[in-house]
Amino acid sequence: MKKLLPIAVSLAALTAMNVSASTLEDVQARGVLKCGVSTGLAGFATPNDAGQWEGLDVDLCRAVAAAVLGDSEKVEYVPLTSKVRFEVLKSGEIDVLSRVTTWTFTRDASLGLNFAGVNYYDGQGFMVPAALGVSSAKDLDGASICIQTGTTTELNLAEYFKLNGMSYEPVPVETSAEGRQNYIAGRCDVYTTDASALAAQRSVFEDPTAHVVLPEIISKEPLGPVVRHGDDQWLDIVKWSHNAMLNAEELNITSKNLDERGANANDPSAQGLLGTNEAKLGAMLGLDKKWAYNIIKQVGNYSESFERNVGKETALKLERGLNALWTNGGIQYAPPLK
Amino acid sequence: MSTTKKYPIGMHPALPPPSGSVGPVRWMRDNLFSSVSNTVLTVMGLYLIYIIVPPFVEWAFIDSVVLGADSRKECLKIMGDDRGACWSFVYKRWGQFVYGFYPVEERWRVNLAFLLVAATVAVVLVERLRANKALMIGALLLPVICFFLITGGLFGLVDIPTNKMGGILLTMIVGLTGIFVSLPISIMLALSRISKLPIFSILATIFIEFIRGVPLITLLFIASTLLSYFLPPGSNFDLLLRVLIMVTLFSAAYIAEVIRGGLAAIPVGQYEAADALGLSYWQSMRLIILPQALKISIPGIVGSFIGLFKDTTLVVIIGLLDPLGIGMAAISTTEWSGLGTELYVFIGMFFFIFCFSMSRYSLHLEKKLHTGH
Repeated sequence: MKKLLPIAVSLAALTAMNVSASTLEDVQARGVLKCGVSTGLAGFATPNDAGQWEGLDVDLCRAVAAAVLGDSEKVEYVPLTSKVRFEVLKSGEIDVLSRVTTWTFTRDASLGLNFAGVNYYDGQGFMVPAALGVSSAKDLDGASICIQTGTTTELNLAEYFKLNGMSYEPVPVETSAEGRQNYIAGRCDVYTTDASALAAQRSVFEDPTAHVVLPEIISKEPLGPVVRHGDDQWLDIVKWSHNAMLNAEELNITSKNLDERGANANDPSAQGLLGTNEAKLGAMLGLDKKWAYNIIKQVGNYSESFERNVGKETALKLERGLNALWTNGGIQYAPPLK
Repeated sequence: MSTTKKYPIGMHPALPPPSGSVGPVRWMRDNLFSSVSNTVLTVMGLYLIYIIVPPFVEWAFIDSVVLGADSRKECLKIMGDDRGACWSFVYKRWGQFVYGFYPVEERWRVNLAFLLVAATVAVVLVERLRANKALMIGALLLPVICFFLITGGLFGLVDIPTNKMGGILLTMIVGLTGIFVSLPISIMLALSRISKLPIFSILATIFIEFIRGVPLITLLFIASTLLSYFLPPGSNFDLLLRVLIMVTLFSAAYIAEVIRGGLAAIPVGQYEAADALGLSYWQSMRLIILPQALKISIPGIVGSFIGLFKDTTLVVIIGLLDPLGIGMAAISTTEWSGLGTELYVFIGMFFFIFCFSMSRYSLHLEKKLHTGH
């Protein structure tokens, strides 16, 4: 509100305004990264009781801030609803959108946006009572399944069961709350929706351990950070902030051992990432050579972020699954730091 | 009992009425059991109250947990088998509900602003204080003082960006600004619309009809997304300010029509009498027409204000965290998820208290200003 005067001035001198040079320079000049997040989604972006934002998406914002500004706390979180997120990004009010946004062809190709990677591979999953003793979706032949009508999950389900030569009995529900009630009341054996949503639902149950989310994911929902078209340097920075966390996990560099690893001259990959040898990775991005060091020191590698926000020790209890590194059977695969 | 005392004819003191025709018995007979159908309705109403109120009181107060729980699970543990409301998240996040993400060490400024607003309301409402000129001038300065107090940037107060403001603070900023700024604008709009000068009346009509023809939510979307396309890149037009402008224009258009209704209700003789007295246009408006028209319009204006105050929750949709947004963020965390009922009851009570107070004040104003004809 205090910006009234500058607004009046800028309105009076519309033509005199020069177009901003680059997002990186803007962010560095401003000293704070503006990051669009969810208005509240367990494990991905929620304010805690003390008002601090937490979550996997929030950690990506913090990583970019650590890389660009050297301080993961220099982030201004802009809570966005799914309706306004792309417009707000395109109008330049935020620098990066990290808000469980599915990477689809249409969004990438027609909205003037670039997806900078995938920080969470989500997809449709199944939840069953642990008492059923089912450990795979392939064992669900003949099951009754609670499913939201009129969604893509309905089509995905039909396709998956047909492909696997199984049959099922659909129990149609209108909302996720209704689905949960029907499932709890035992009107269906299985409840299906997006896997992270299933985990969130399960964490609200009286006894979450009495229910398991099956490992199979039957649709593709790659969620990742988004930036505007037209600033390739910024796209690279966001992309490699995420990749740095993945590569750190692959190299087994954590927020605990990075000083030790960076000092080890026999460890050129770690030293390159941490900026302690001659490789000038940071400079190529237009950043400090400590860019990745700061990310890992302040935010952690991908595994640390994952476990802290959505992993086994949290109420969501999500498996790494698809989000495990490619070396561990997942599909999180960062290009090499060469 | 036989009467022993004799009275002269016509001097007998009045006897008390029969017990069935006074007091609560009479009232109930008149109002609750006057016919068979009314009796049935009364019994049904009592039954409804019986099945709704005691369980609600038990849920909300007796079996509820406020202190000592850090998550919904702990709430459930404390409650045991008697399931009541878990208000702990409201208690734990009270700071967020009131101030949003306003820095903790600066919250005294918001408290001071709230206090000033309350004091001003008292000054404006109590007639004896209103007579005091100095106090009234202070009241007029209030918006300026509150503005600098909350946003900072003057007298060494730290600058607080508007995106840190949320919760009740945000509702108050949007609601009160909308209410107080829109009133003068709406009077101007109403006068323009009935003006004999076509340029005024056409412009006012276009503006009013445009705003009234578009839902508030659309205006908020325009404020949040479309406006930034028209502005030069890099210029940062504060989101809250954009929302305030839109909310004010929206409410001004509606109230203008209410006031126009009031103006139309003034007999034409009043206008002619004012002219005959040789009063200028502004004099006649200020002294004769507007005082009467505004008095007639009070219920409509307050109705619009109440609507506006409740509409402030719509800002959730463009990502501003008012109390409802703060609450939804709270119940989406793993600690507090599943507490939807508690949240909506709490928010409902909050808005009810404010809106009900406004409507009572409007009744009081109507009674006080009622001069009768």
